[in-house]
Amino acid sequence: MTISADLNIILPEIVLAVYAMGALLAAVYTGKDKLAPMLVWITSALFVVLAFWIGTTGGGDNVAFGGMFIDDGFARFSKVTLLLAAAAVLLMSEGYMERRGLLRFEYPLLIALSVVGMMMMVSAGDLMALYMGLELQSLALYVVASLRRDSVKSTEAGLKYFVLGALSSGLLLYGASLVYGYAGTTLFSGIVQTAVVGDVSIGLLLGLVLLIAGLAFKVSAVPFHMWTPDVYEGSPTPVTAFFATAPKVAAMALFARVMHDAFGNAVGDWQQVIALISVLSMFLGAVAAIGQRDIKRLMAYSSIAHMGYALMGLAAGSVLGVQAMLIYMAIYVTMNVGTFAFILSMERDGQPVTDIEALGMYSKREPGRALAMLVLLFSLAGVPPLVGFFGKLYVLRAAYDAGLAWLAVAGVIASVIGAFYYLRIVFYMYFGEDREDALDGGKSPVLWGFLMASAVIMVVGVVNLFGIEGAAQAAATTLVN
Amino acid sequence: MDYLLSIVTFLPALAALILALLLRGDDAAANRNAKWVAMFATSATFVISLFILFQFDPSNTGFQMVEEGDWLLGLQYKMGVDGISVLFVMLTTFIMPLVIAASWDVSHRVKEYMIAFLVLETLMLGVFMALDLVLFYLFFEAGLIPMFLIIGIWGGKERIYASFKFFLYTFLGSVLMLVAMVAMFSDAGTTDIEQLLVHNFASESFSILGIQIIGGLQTMLFIAFFASFAVKMPMWPVHTWLPDAHVQAPTAGSVVLAAILLKMGGYGFLRFSLPMFPVGSDVMANFVFTLSVIAIIYTSLVALVQEDMKKLIAYSSVAHMGYVTMGIFAANQQGVDGAIFQMISHGFISGALFLCVGVIYDRMHTREIDAYGGLVNRMPAYALIFMLFTMANVGLPGTSGFVGEFLTLMGIFQVNTWVAAGAATGVILSAAYALWLYRRVVMGDLIKESLKTISDMTTREKAIFAPLVVMTIWMGVYPAPILDRIGPSVAALVETYDTDVAEAGHRDPVTQVAEADH
Repeated sequence: MTISADLNIILPEIVLAVYAMGALLAAVYTGKDKLAPMLVWITSALFVVLAFWIGTTGGGDNVAFGGMFIDDGFARFSKVTLLLAAAAVLLMSEGYMERRGLLRFEYPLLIALSVVGMMMMVSAGDLMALYMGLELQSLALYVVASLRRDSVKSTEAGLKYFVLGALSSGLLLYGASLVYGYAGTTLFSGIVQTAVVGDVSIGLLLGLVLLIAGLAFKVSAVPFHMWTPDVYEGSPTPVTAFFATAPKVAAMALFARVMHDAFGNAVGDWQQVIALISVLSMFLGAVAAIGQRDIKRLMAYSSIAHMGYALMGLAAGSVLGVQAMLIYMAIYVTMNVGTFAFILSMERDGQPVTDIEALGMYSKREPGRALAMLVLLFSLAGVPPLVGFFGKLYVLRAAYDAGLAWLAVAGVIASVIGAFYYLRIVFYMYFGEDREDALDGGKSPVLWGFLMASAVIMVVGVVNLFGIEGAAQAAATTLVN
Repeated sequence: MDYLLSIVTFLPALAALILALLLRGDDAAANRNAKWVAMFATSATFVISLFILFQFDPSNTGFQMVEEGDWLLGLQYKMGVDGISVLFVMLTTFIMPLVIAASWDVSHRVKEYMIAFLVLETLMLGVFMALDLVLFYLFFEAGLIPMFLIIGIWGGKERIYASFKFFLYTFLGSVLMLVAMVAMFSDAGTTDIEQLLVHNFASESFSILGIQIIGGLQTMLFIAFFASFAVKMPMWPVHTWLPDAHVQAPTAGSVVLAAILLKMGGYGFLRFSLPMFPVGSDVMANFVFTLSVIAIIYTSLVALVQEDMKKLIAYSSVAHMGYVTMGIFAANQQGVDGAIFQMISHGFISGALFLCVGVIYDRMHTREIDAYGGLVNRMPAYALIFMLFTMANVGLPGTSGFVGEFLTLMGIFQVNTWVAAGAATGVILSAAYALWLYRRVVMGDLIKESLKTISDMTTREKAIFAPLVVMTIWMGVYPAPILDRIGPSVAALVETYDTDVAEAGHRDPVTQVAEADH
């Protein structure tokens, strides 16, 4: 294969990377932060264009650079999801960042670079490509987490994320080196031939477990979740929104990629591990969120629980499982975009408020927004007829079909516990006490638009989920075989 | 009309959407408009639903007026009615306009109130018409959302506790059913209820962790569905959410809860448990009987000592639902006929009783029984209506309550005389608590100072009760039209049940002897 054919396959990534560097230079030498709002819009637009490009063109399985980079249906589905999520969050963040003097020109460009990393991650066909993508993504995010330099919490969040992230990268690298040592190759397509169930050497197994540990850290699954609440709380809210969406999709897709492409013949060896991580995440996410008063911390635990459900799909180890996971992630991202649009609009006298008690009787002053949030919360809780329920239905089905009935039962019980804290927010908005110091912000039409769009999708999506079912199935088939 | 069922189901939701999008403002005019839109929508739904009743052919035991369409994940959008469900649909559309009329004096957030009730009506109708497992679950669970808000926003002092308890309790029950549905989907490869009804789920015994499961998969599925429907019914000992929810809910909420939402559990047993898991039902029947008898006797005794009128009626509802579960799992023509009849009749009677409480609550703002006494002196019309429904609640011959109780007792007597004997004591106990309630509230001298100025029912209130009175007496005196409509479907259900159980050879000897005698 010629180099031009290879480059052609990774053209979207190249375009985005070149744009990020070009824009960085342009901004440094010209207007600096004055260009930031424009860059936000351009970057978002570029994300959307790329998503459209990737979504509509290309087909079949393309492999570049001798198997290092895979462009298949699965990668395309994940890329479209994460690009759209990143674009949405970036647009939502503009107003918030600008009013707090945080809108530096580096912000959109760091996000763009991390998105390049994510696109590399979901397409990785080799342990080295995997690590490259992962680190590019993570390094950009460490910086973004501590974007608010004068805030102790934000700096702490960045540092914590960095130190723990480095630890997990270390675990992952160690796992990768073991896998390389015992499989004799870093290519997934090579590993998959060595790692055959019943015939996996102990070293390879250890490598696999360490890889899972590193990846579980990235998706913030229990017991590698400790960083999540602190980082979510400390980072500026738009950054939190970003953490909760695109990187989660990328990490989850990478997880599935490694498990199926590299260890697809050893499902029995990792199924139990993933199932255990999944059940722990669901329960910890459900129980620990009950005591939270800060909506960002609450959403952190909520995302831990949701990752548990997505992992339930992965644990099934089947086409249906991957399909369920992809659908779950797409739905999860849509719900979170709407929820964070709401959280971003929570402010009083220009200051952001994250205490859920501040929502007392919100429904009286802002009936429309409160109703949209109500829909999103019930959807997050997985109550039918909202779309969030279908995400759960898919993963339950996948888990049951894979013989993991106990996991399905555990999952639904966790969802009941989890329903409590979503209901508690509804309680403050609808039945709570009227407050003197009511929230007064939220006039931004962009945030309103995303909130409403997300809520409407949660209701209307019941009709046919906008056809993502078929797309996800096609994507899953290319991954699992 | 090809889409009759969908039209009936979604008409209230459409009205709710119109209210939500088009009605602006919070003044008296807007509130009045909201009420009239809701009234019009629910009445129109009732009128259109009459076509369902007219088109319905009782001699056909299959599903009628079926609508089908593809949906996600191999699921279907499929609606239809048969002899078991058609009357529940009618009950719902009949009660809802009365509920709206009973809420005419609501002044707090009227628009949202009406939207909640309209959405609730759509969801309840959907439950009774859905012919796809997941579609059923969707409607069944979604009903929790508006009810949670109705209790939480317009409820009494302890409304928050009650609404959370209501939601989480019923949600926990239902999610196990969801897993069972996934299992059924996986086993049968379809979620179409019509096909599942003829699918035979495995009933070979197996053991899990050393525990022998008689009836195998069927028993497991039965237990999962039971967890959901027993909570919804509610059966003792998972009934504790009901008194809280009833007491705290606004009058209209209580009426909907008692008259319609409680029937979903019974309907579920008839639609799923009995026909789809006959062996599981048979294995578990004695367990259900035990719970039913305990429910009838225990909750009747609890009702005797209540000081809050709504709580008393709530406990009496639990007791009456005990007859229903008993009748259903007797699994013979009289028992199942009686159970359905009892549910329909209880819909009218308990709804009316909660409305009766609402009438005096609106005037005195208390539900304490001790706060009343001697109301007959100033409220003769009220005393008359309250007496009629008290008697119907007791099961006096000539009212619909009698027919249902009698049929279920007759059904169970053929299966297990001890259960019948136990349940029959409930008839006496229900007379005790209901009549005692009536004596303390209505009879005697009017000595309480605060009651001296109480006024009798208004024309609007009388108009709300009139249809209920007519239905209660008509069904009591001439139950044949009702029984004719449910009879053939029930006969088919009982027949397949007996065949399936006989094939599996699990039916216990006592039952077989009793049936031979019969």
